[in-house]
Amino acid sequence: MAGLHKSDYKNPVVNWIDTRLPLFTMMNKEYAVFPTPKNFNYFWNFGALATVTLLLMIATGVFLAMNYTPDSNMAFDSVERIMRDVNYGWLLRYAHANGASMFFIVVYIHIFRGLYYGSYKTPRELLWMLGVVILLLMMATAFMGYVLPWGQMSFWGATVITNLFSAFPLVGNAIVTWLWGGFAVGDPTLHRFFSLHYLLPFVLIGVVFFHVVALHITGSNNPLGIDVKSPQDTLPFHPYYTIKDSVGLCVFFMVWAAFVFFAPNFFGDPDNYIPANPLQTPSEIVPEWYFLPYYAILRSVPNKLGGVCMMFGSILVLFVLPWLDTSPVRSARFRPIYRALFWVHVVACIALGFVGAHRPEGWWVVLGRVATTYYFLHFLVLLPIIGKLERPLPLPESISRPVIPPRGGGGPLPGGAPAKPMEKP
Amino acid sequence: MRPALSTARAGGQFAATLLAATLLAAPAIAQEGQLPHPGWSFSGPFGTFDRAAAQRGFQIYKEVCSNCHSLKEAYYRNLEGIGLSEEQVKAVAASVTVPTIGDDGQPAERPALPSDHFKSPFANDKAARAALNGALPPDLSVIVKAREGGPDYVYGVLTGYGEPPAGMKMGDGMNYNRVFPGHQIAMPQPLQADQVQYSDGTKPTLDQEAHDVVTFLTFIANPEMESRKQIGVKIILFLAMLTGITYVVKRRVWSDVH
Ligand code: HEC
Ligand code: HEM
Repeated sequence: MAGLHKSDYKNPVVNWIDTRLPLFTMMNKEYAVFPTPKNFNYFWNFGALATVTLLLMIATGVFLAMNYTPDSNMAFDSVERIMRDVNYGWLLRYAHANGASMFFIVVYIHIFRGLYYGSYKTPRELLWMLGVVILLLMMATAFMGYVLPWGQMSFWGATVITNLFSAFPLVGNAIVTWLWGGFAVGDPTLHRFFSLHYLLPFVLIGVVFFHVVALHITGSNNPLGIDVKSPQDTLPFHPYYTIKDSVGLCVFFMVWAAFVFFAPNFFGDPDNYIPANPLQTPSEIVPEWYFLPYYAILRSVPNKLGGVCMMFGSILVLFVLPWLDTSPVRSARFRPIYRALFWVHVVACIALGFVGAHRPEGWWVVLGRVATTYYFLHFLVLLPIIGKLERPLPLPESISRPVIPPRGGGGPLPGGAPAKPMEKP
Repeated sequence: MRPALSTARAGGQFAATLLAATLLAAPAIAQEGQLPHPGWSFSGPFGTFDRAAAQRGFQIYKEVCSNCHSLKEAYYRNLEGIGLSEEQVKAVAASVTVPTIGDDGQPAERPALPSDHFKSPFANDKAARAALNGALPPDLSVIVKAREGGPDYVYGVLTGYGEPPAGMKMGDGMNYNRVFPGHQIAMPQPLQADQVQYSDGTKPTLDQEAHDVVTFLTFIANPEMESRKQIGVKIILFLAMLTGITYVVKRRVWSDVH
């Protein structure tokens, strides 16, 4: 339906624009007066942190790309030239390289927040699935970015990971040759990875946009996991959450800066300061830390194709999580058994990270297999079952009248409403 | 994920060392493969490069290492960062000739300028191997960033030569080194006591020489380090203040919420 928007803005210029393209009205509605549950804890900062990180990655990346050369004979030296000759080039590069790690830390915390408070459950399934798409795109972007400096780990990491596709029967080898643009990782691979590394972050922006649109349709979840019942349960996003997010952002910047300025190569692998050499395999090929759990799953399965499937499956399973978890109660606060299993799952994921950093020998193999098994057991078996067996604690009546004090998190107080299935808004 | 890896490895190493020490009571075994920690002027958030040490280190690079190792990412002008004057840098560069194309279009030579990269000792890797018995000396521009352990490791290699333990079979032209992985290194021991003469009167012991050249190489790998840390201190202080202020404002804004 066409028609001009009736704008309330007094400023004539703003009003003129807003009448024709209601950006101001939209921003005001979605970010200023937007009703937001009043009981968020600081874990609700991480979405904002991730958005800011994405924007800063693009900002630093665009300036790096002005000075970077995606040619297998020049890439390594061009990165060194960024570090030495470009004004504040070292700052751009260290901010970008550490930014990738910060991005994953933030997004992993964001995801585990969702797992703990049941943010993936109805009606937020699609919002959650878009989040999983974001995770996959981030992984692809970071993987290809790591190839760009063309060090030993760049080259051999790219070789190992692209080679995984050869596990698929019949078409496997053809896929790998197609990905490489040749018969080994080489110049064509570097060129296309650079092109895609530049492209995917903008695709990410698009998916993040839909992620936020979906969020603003369903509204945010909250630590109690119950629906907003009345205006008393909410606060306008501005100034309450703009200021709260700002606090988190300041602390986050401090952590990021500490790495950039004082330990810029902390997350990096020394081998990536050795120029790529196709004739010399490094003694150990280790991916970046944020890929280690998947790498561990890959290597825990004795069969190559099986390992590849399990590795991709470990993320794909997240897509169907909303239907695997059969409990109608969202927040782990009211699910004693799930809460315990959640922490076991966290331990399993961290254990997988350590396993991924070690040669698959001795106890590491055993640990890897146990943790991999638990990872899938958790999602595919335990969640469906305990949703049915568990007796949730009584849910509070509303956010503004929490039966359980929001901070203490102790047991239920008298007069609590009995647990009931998730209310439809 | 090197950090976790190295911590875990260090843990493993520690356990292994403990085991070796208790079972065999042989300190020589515990020594092998362990890195020395000589202490560096540039470590820590306020660390700076000891200019005198870095300059002595440059002398060592020039007189010893540069016979085999290139430093091709670095420029002569970088030497101003360790306290050489513009004139001194010009003189250092001018003492080297680099290939160029003459006005007649023929290959020619000219004195190097401060804006030139350090000249490499060999034209290419093959020439290096041909001259060095098949071994390839790595470029040293980022060597301290390219090895686990960084400066401690390079110092360890330079001071880690010795007689191989009884029974160890050494390869042809190989030298025993406590720190180098596999303990057989193709580089002959490059530094000995009194290898160079220091003009500032410092006694050129092996430790001193290794310490100086590693300081120089760490500077070459991180020429931005001092300004990076200075900016970092200011930024962290600024952010700490901003965090405090923002937190106070947040408390004020939220004071009416119950
Ligand atoms: C006679 C030639 C020669 C000289 C002089 C020389 N090196 Fe080397 N260096 C080599 C060779 C060859 C290798 C490769 C060794 C190998 O891979 O086994 C090497 C390797 C190294 C390595 C790398 C070890 C590793 O972990 O891979 C370092 C660090 C090093 N040299 C430092 C120095 C320093 C510092 C000096 C000057 C004090 C120096 N070298 C002088 C020939 C030389
Ligand atoms: C989702 C956001 C992004 C992520 C997670 C990411 C990740 C990475 C990573 C891990 C590296 C390797 C860093 C290193 O070890 O040196 C890298 C390098 C690089 N990235 Fe990105 N990046 C992102 C966005 C971008 C964008 C938008 C651009 C360009 C417009 C870009 C341009 C570059 C360039 C030129 C390099 C090579 C220089 C270098 O290695 O430091 N990046 N990126």
